[in-house]
Amino acid sequence: MADFIKDNINKDGIDRRGFLQCMAWAGTGVLYTLHGGILKSMPLMQGAMGGNDMAKMKGADFSFIQISDSHIGFNKEANPDVTATLQVAVDRINSAAAQPDFLLHTGDISQLSKPSEFDTAEQVLKGVKAGNIFYVPGEHDVLTDDGQQYLDRFGRGTKGKGWYSFDHKGAHFIGLVNVLDLKAGGLGSLGSSQLEWLSADVKQLKSSTPIVVFAHIPLWTVYPEWGWGTDDSEQALGYLKRFGSVSVLNGHIHQIMQKVEGNITFHTALSTAFPQPAPGTASSPGPMKVPADQLRNVLGISHVNFVRGNHSLAIVDSPLARP
Amino acid sequence: MRALFWARPEEDMKKISWILGLVATLLTAITLTAGIKPILAVDPGDKPASGATIKIDNFSFGPSNITIPAGTTVTWTNNDDVPHVVASDDKQMFKSKALDTDDHFSFTFTKPGTYNYYCAIHPKMTAKVVVQ
Repeated sequence: MADFIKDNINKDGIDRRGFLQCMAWAGTGVLYTLHGGILKSMPLMQGAMGGNDMAKMKGADFSFIQISDSHIGFNKEANPDVTATLQVAVDRINSAAAQPDFLLHTGDISQLSKPSEFDTAEQVLKGVKAGNIFYVPGEHDVLTDDGQQYLDRFGRGTKGKGWYSFDHKGAHFIGLVNVLDLKAGGLGSLGSSQLEWLSADVKQLKSSTPIVVFAHIPLWTVYPEWGWGTDDSEQALGYLKRFGSVSVLNGHIHQIMQKVEGNITFHTALSTAFPQPAPGTASSPGPMKVPADQLRNVLGISHVNFVRGNHSLAIVDSPLARP
Repeated sequence: MRALFWARPEEDMKKISWILGLVATLLTAITLTAGIKPILAVDPGDKPASGATIKIDNFSFGPSNITIPAGTTVTWTNNDDVPHVVASDDKQMFKSKALDTDDHFSFTFTKPGTYNYYCAIHPKMTAKVVVQ
């Protein structure tokens, strides 16, 4: 590990890049999953991690879960029963050693914005032992009435078209909406009113405040040909550059991707419904079929551990499959 | 005296019946075929408004660039496993509801011009209709 340390920011003998490189050796986590959309069957991430990392987890001040892209209502070959796999995700969350403080759902809750689909999703998620559930919409959630139904169900206390922020144990969480008013030929879009709100929202915060941003479409350009990016995210990230620790959690692409840019760490989550191909490996980003016995290896949830004073969040992505 | 047609000898009557029967069969066959013919052949002159179809497949519109006469109704059909929304760049013109697999949406183009459109939820999918 010592060979890999460049920035000993938390003075614990681990830095993020070194951590990621070590994870590659362990055959788990981020670098492994970057190569292709199909994960080979592998043990639960926590079990595969070294002792040092487990100790870090135990010292976490709080933890929360990110789930994404449940697509309730989808019923094609890639997953004929997305409600069942969402239930498996809930069971996995509930069987973890520690109860998370809350759940973040980064959108595409439903497949077609149908009331019955939202009902089913809420019904399943009611069973999760995790305090509050915070949502941001995906493009599938705002198909009718420009997202009014989404707002009616999940938009209480939000601003504009559903953006908001909240504080939790010293960290500042920001939920953004980048799936409305999409322009022809464009990517995701935040829009000027939301950007204005964001700028004002973080203005008074101390730069040492840990920031966690969550939105559906990635806030960095993963693969523009498939619409995997947000046209005006640079402006948003500009307001956050001064902060010591910024984490951006996204969904939409149904696979794990991470990127570090200065103090900003980007992470995308697996879907609980179906996988999508890695950028450029297929003719389109549609649902990717895998053999039925491998489906739960490519669906998953993310446990996020926040340790006060640490530079970055510790994110552990777990497939739904049991080891 | 010439025999009356209907009073000819039996043999002649048999021949005539046979010929009449053959003619009747031929006429029936021709009528039936004539009835089928317009369905098989394209005859734009007869129809008041012809249609064009565009398939949505693999996150793209096919064909992505069509030229049609004014008054044509274009019908889009979604063959993808995910929904798409067909929307004109010009917000006032047309926007379908979310089309699930096998759903369709039709719009009749009455004025000449070039009309760009895209998928409102996957905006990288762009195409156009040229109306003459």
